Amino acid sequence: MTTLAPSPDLGASGLPPSPAGGKKVDRTFRAVAFSAGLLVLVILALIAYSTTNKAWPAFAHQGLSFFTSRNWDPNTNHFGALDFEFGTILTAFLAIAIAIPASLGIALFITELAPKRVRAGVTYVVDLLASIPSVVYGFWALAVLTTPIGHIYKNIADTIGTVPLLRNFLGSPATGQSFMTAGIVLAVMIIPIITSISREVLNTVAQDDKNAALAMGATRWEMLRVSVFPRVRSGLIGAAMLGLGRAMGETIAVALVIGSSHQVTSHVFFPGDAMASVIAHNFGEATGLPKAALIGLGVVLFAITIVINVAARAIANHNSAMTGEGR
Amino acid sequence: MMRSSRVRRTAVALVASALLLAACGSSSKSSSNTGTTTAGGSGGSTVSAQLNGSGSTFQQTFDQVAIQGFQDKNSKITINYAGGGSGKGKTDLQTKTVDFAGTDSLVKAADVGKYQGGKILYFPTVAAPITVSYKLSGVDKLQLDPSTLAKIFSGTIKKWDDGAIKADNSGVSLPSTDITIVHRAEASGTTSNFSKYLVAAGGSDWTLGSGDTVNWPSSSQAGQGNGGVAQDVSKTDGAIGYVDFSDALAAKLTFASIKNSAGSFVAPSLAGASAAVASATIKDDLTYSPLNEAGADAYPITSPTWIIVYANQTDHAKGTALKDFLTYILNDGQAQAEGVNYAKLPTSLQQKAIAQLTQLVIPA
Repeated sequence: MTTLAPSPDLGASGLPPSPAGGKKVDRTFRAVAFSAGLLVLVILALIAYSTTNKAWPAFAHQGLSFFTSRNWDPNTNHFGALDFEFGTILTAFLAIAIAIPASLGIALFITELAPKRVRAGVTYVVDLLASIPSVVYGFWALAVLTTPIGHIYKNIADTIGTVPLLRNFLGSPATGQSFMTAGIVLAVMIIPIITSISREVLNTVAQDDKNAALAMGATRWEMLRVSVFPRVRSGLIGAAMLGLGRAMGETIAVALVIGSSHQVTSHVFFPGDAMASVIAHNFGEATGLPKAALIGLGVVLFAITIVINVAARAIANHNSAMTGEGR
Repeated sequence: MMRSSRVRRTAVALVASALLLAACGSSSKSSSNTGTTTAGGSGGSTVSAQLNGSGSTFQQTFDQVAIQGFQDKNSKITINYAGGGSGKGKTDLQTKTVDFAGTDSLVKAADVGKYQGGKILYFPTVAAPITVSYKLSGVDKLQLDPSTLAKIFSGTIKKWDDGAIKADNSGVSLPSTDITIVHRAEASGTTSNFSKYLVAAGGSDWTLGSGDTVNWPSSSQAGQGNGGVAQDVSKTDGAIGYVDFSDALAAKLTFASIKNSAGSFVAPSLAGASAAVASATIKDDLTYSPLNEAGADAYPITSPTWIIVYANQTDHAKGTALKDFLTYILNDGQAQAEGVNYAKLPTSLQQKAIAQLTQLVIPA
C-alpha cells in the first residue's frame, strides 16, 4: 500500500545470469531445504517419544482406563483422564461454533462488502487481536467477564433452561466460570486466525468469476453462493480446523476461567476442566507418578491434535476433489 | 493510498507510544516490588553475598518483609525469594538451583536421596491459620464441628439449613440456600494442610484423602490462589471456602468458628494459631504438625511453614549470609510477623530453632 522503491530490473529473462557453479549451489540448497523439512519430523518424533516415555509409569500403572475412566485423584493414585478429555473437546467445539460464523462474516465483509478504506482498518484490528497474549485474554475474562456473564447464564438457565430438552444443556445451576465462558474466550482468541485465513482464501477467487455471475444478473448473495463458496470450501474447512487445533491446545486462558471441576456433563454452564489447564495448574507441585500422569495428559492432547489435523486434511482433500478445486 | 498510509502511521505511532508507556509502567513497578534493592545502612554482616530462594507462596509475604528488614541492616547481602510453590522450592533445592527453599510440607522419605547437597535442616519461621470463610446473607456467626465441615466439603450436605449445621448453631436461623464449595484451582499447600486437617479430624465423614489437589465434588467451584477463592466466596451467596488468614482479612470475609479437639469453638486468629503451634509435638528435626491440636484456645486448622537449607554449606560467604539471615528471621523477624498477619513462633520453638543454627557447617 505504501510506495516502495522500484525493484531492480532483472533483464528480459527475469533471472540473473547463472554463474558457473549454479548446479552446485542448487544441490546445496536442496540438501539444506530437505534437512530442514526433515528436522520438523524428527522434532515431532522426539517429542512424541520422550513424552510417552516420561508418561509411561502412569500408563503402565493405570492401563487403558487412563483414557477411558473418570476419576482423577493423585491422592489415591488413580488417574482417569476422561473428564479432561471431554472438557478439552467440549470447549474447543463451543469455541468454533461461535467463531466460525463470526469469522466468516468478518472475512466476507472485508473481501466483498467493505469499502477499501474500511477494509484496511478492519484487517488491521483483527490482526491486532491475534497478537494479544493469551494470559491477557484469560485474566480479562476472569476479572471482568465472569461475574456479569454469570448473571446472564443464570437468566438463561431460569428461562430457556426450564424448557424440556434445552434443560439438559442450559439448565441450572449456572456459574460464571464454566465450559461456556472458556468457549467464549477461546472463540475470541481464534477468530483472528480463522478470519485471516478465510480472507486469504476468499481473495483467491478470480474477480472475473464473480463479475460473470453478477453480469448474469445474480445478487451479491447469489454471486457468493454460485461463484465463491464452491471454490473456497476446502480452504474454509482448513481455516476452521486450524482454529480448532489452536483452541484445543490453549492453556492459560482456559485454566483461568473454566472452573476446575471434574465432570462430564451436557450442561455448558457447569464448571469443568480441560487437559491443558490441568497440566498448567498441577505441574509445579507434582512429583513421581502424578507428574507422569500429567505428562500422559500431554501425550493424549498431542494425539488428539494430530488426529484433528489429519482429519482436517482428509476433509479438505475430499472436498477439493469433489468441487474440482485446485485444477 | 495517501490516506491509508497516514492512518497506518498514526496507528503505529499510537501503538508504539502505548507500548512505551506499558514498558515504563512495568519497569517502575518491578523495581519497587522485587525486594532485591540493597538498602543503605551500616553493614551488620561481615560478608557480601547474594542468596536465592524459592518455594512456598504461603510464607512469601512474611519473607519479603523479613528480607527487607534484614537488608536494611546488612547492605552487602542481597536476597531474592521467588515463590512458585513448595514443590518448586523443594525441586530447586534438590538441584542446588537455590540456596534455601520455603515449604509448607515435609520432604518425602523417598525424595531424601535426591538432595544433592546431602542433609537438610528445617527452620520453622512462622505459622498462620487457614480460615473457613463463607457468605450467607443473614448469618454473620457460624460454628462448625469437624464432621459437619467434612460433610460440607465432600458434598454430602448440600443446603445451609441441614440438620447437622443446625445442631452446631442453635438459635441461628439458617436459610435453605444451596451450599457452593469453593476450592483452589491449582495444586496448593493450603489445600494440602486443609485436607490433612479433614483427614485427621473428619473421621469417616471425610473420604477424599489429602494432598496438594483433592478430587472435589463436581458441583464445586475453583479460584486461582487464596485471593481467587476469597473473591469467589465474597461474590456468591451460599459459598464456603478455605482461605489463608491474611487474604481472608483483606477480602473482609466472614469466618466460621471451628470446634477443636478440646471441644471448644475457636475463631481463626493469630493467638489461636500460636496456641496450636505451642501445643504441637515438636520432633528433633523441628518438624511438627499444628493441625487438630487440643489446646483450649488452639485454632485447629493451622498451617506450619519452614525454610529448608543444606546443613553442609559449601561457600563461606553464602553460608555466613544464610546463617545471618536465619538468625534475623528467628529473632528480629519474629516481631514483624504479626504486622503481616502471621503468627510468630512460641518461645520454646523459637529457642530450639535458634539452637539449631549451630548445626550449619560453614567452610572457612
